[in-house]
Amino acid sequence: MTVYFTKDHEWVRVDGNNATVGISNHAQEQLGDIVFAETPEAGRSLRKGEEAAVVESVKAASDVYSPISGNVIEGNPALADDPAIINNDPEGAGWFFKLEVTNPSELEGLMDENAYREFVASL
Amino acid sequence: MSSQVQDNLDKLPLDAWHRTRGGRMVPFAGYEMPVQYEGIMAEHLWTRENAGLFDVSHMGQLLVHGQGVDAALETLMPGDFQAAADMKPKYSLLLADDGGIIDDLMATRRGDDFYVVVNGATKHGDIQVMQNRLPGGVVVDYMKEQALLALQGPKAVEVLETVVPGVSELSFMQGAAFNWQGRPLWISRSGYTGEDGFEISVPAIAAAALADATCAHDLARPIGLGARDSLRLEAGLPLYGHDIDLDTTPVMAGLTFAINKRRRADGGFPGSMRILAELQNGAPQKRVGFEVDGRQPVREGALVLDGEGNEVGKVTSGGFSPSLQRPIAMGYVASKLAEDGTALKLEQRGKLFDARVVPMPFVPHRYHRKGAA
Repeated sequence: MTVYFTKDHEWVRVDGNNATVGISNHAQEQLGDIVFAETPEAGRSLRKGEEAAVVESVKAASDVYSPISGNVIEGNPALADDPAIINNDPEGAGWFFKLEVTNPSELEGLMDENAYREFVASL
Repeated sequence: MSSQVQDNLDKLPLDAWHRTRGGRMVPFAGYEMPVQYEGIMAEHLWTRENAGLFDVSHMGQLLVHGQGVDAALETLMPGDFQAAADMKPKYSLLLADDGGIIDDLMATRRGDDFYVVVNGATKHGDIQVMQNRLPGGVVVDYMKEQALLALQGPKAVEVLETVVPGVSELSFMQGAAFNWQGRPLWISRSGYTGEDGFEISVPAIAAAALADATCAHDLARPIGLGARDSLRLEAGLPLYGHDIDLDTTPVMAGLTFAINKRRRADGGFPGSMRILAELQNGAPQKRVGFEVDGRQPVREGALVLDGEGNEVGKVTSGGFSPSLQRPIAMGYVASKLAEDGTALKLEQRGKLFDARVVPMPFVPHRYHRKGAA
């Protein structure tokens, strides 16, 4: 399994043909207390860079973009009742949605974990 | 998420103090200000339970003085400044000629002078308006060398009494001069969170030492702008530039308590024709509170729709209430739809939310009024 990151602070973990998407620890730190998250419905087809989910903190609303193209397998059902999971475990239990990857070559433009940590340090 | 480049931001007297305490600094009202320290939710709830220290030094502290200052102020604002008792802060409104609100403020008679606290983002404009419109003998001094702190929450009195003995004798909306380590302080029992608490005007050079002395108490912590906004929203208090502005009048905004019987009878303030007519006949729109179904916050800019989908108002402040753990909002609606319980829809980014008009405050005020325990 390999994890990739975007400049918009999403991560995507790829396992064979499937991928799991969430927001990075840096993103949840910047957002602060998360009070609401809306995930895409199963079956929705997403293009790379398309608005896929919404996350709202006490302070502001943000869009979560799909890092790659694919068909949504499921949204994380735990987020509706307990969106604070995203703060507590952003790169684990706080995942947003799972995709069936339709264009694996899109992963080439994303950052690996080390490159992303360096990118965040440079902000 | 993007980082903004902001030029010409001023620094607060407590700038270094905020950074040392882990404050996340953001641009606000021309200053770099702490939006949060440990987190908005925790800071909000801490203030409702204990005592929160806010740096509000961006606000404008003015001293207005000169021959006939009380009558002169009445030409700019609808307050009864001639009858204003000494040391008692009064909420008032700086009005435009058409009755729109230039700013909201607190004005306190202190002997021959009036001490006036105005909003940070509007202070330079306010000073201009006052200087242009007050008679020559009345002078506006901008007290640039003063910092302003607010200590808010049910434990504020217990905390501040250990730092400045005697403050517990003040009641809500009463002020007095104190001395702390050889520095003069002006303290009033007031604030903008709905809780008991104090606002403390302190010479800027002594502000960090006073903030340290206050936060040395276990029950006091520094609180950022984020929680200040969620606290005042729960308290149903309007924020200038959002819930009140040049397009709203005191009657629309539900701030008619700031216009007493004499001023209603005599008028003589900017926009008095329109405002007195609205007092008589009602305003076309009214500021109301909204309870929003679900968990998603509905924020400033959302439209208010009636049952048929007609636009009947807009949301001017909204967010997630940390105390109530649900979304709340305030805004304006056509007066015929302003009754408590009226079901309306809010529209944000193409999505509809069910909402009801509810009375404000959302969280009850807990001021320390005279005669109360």
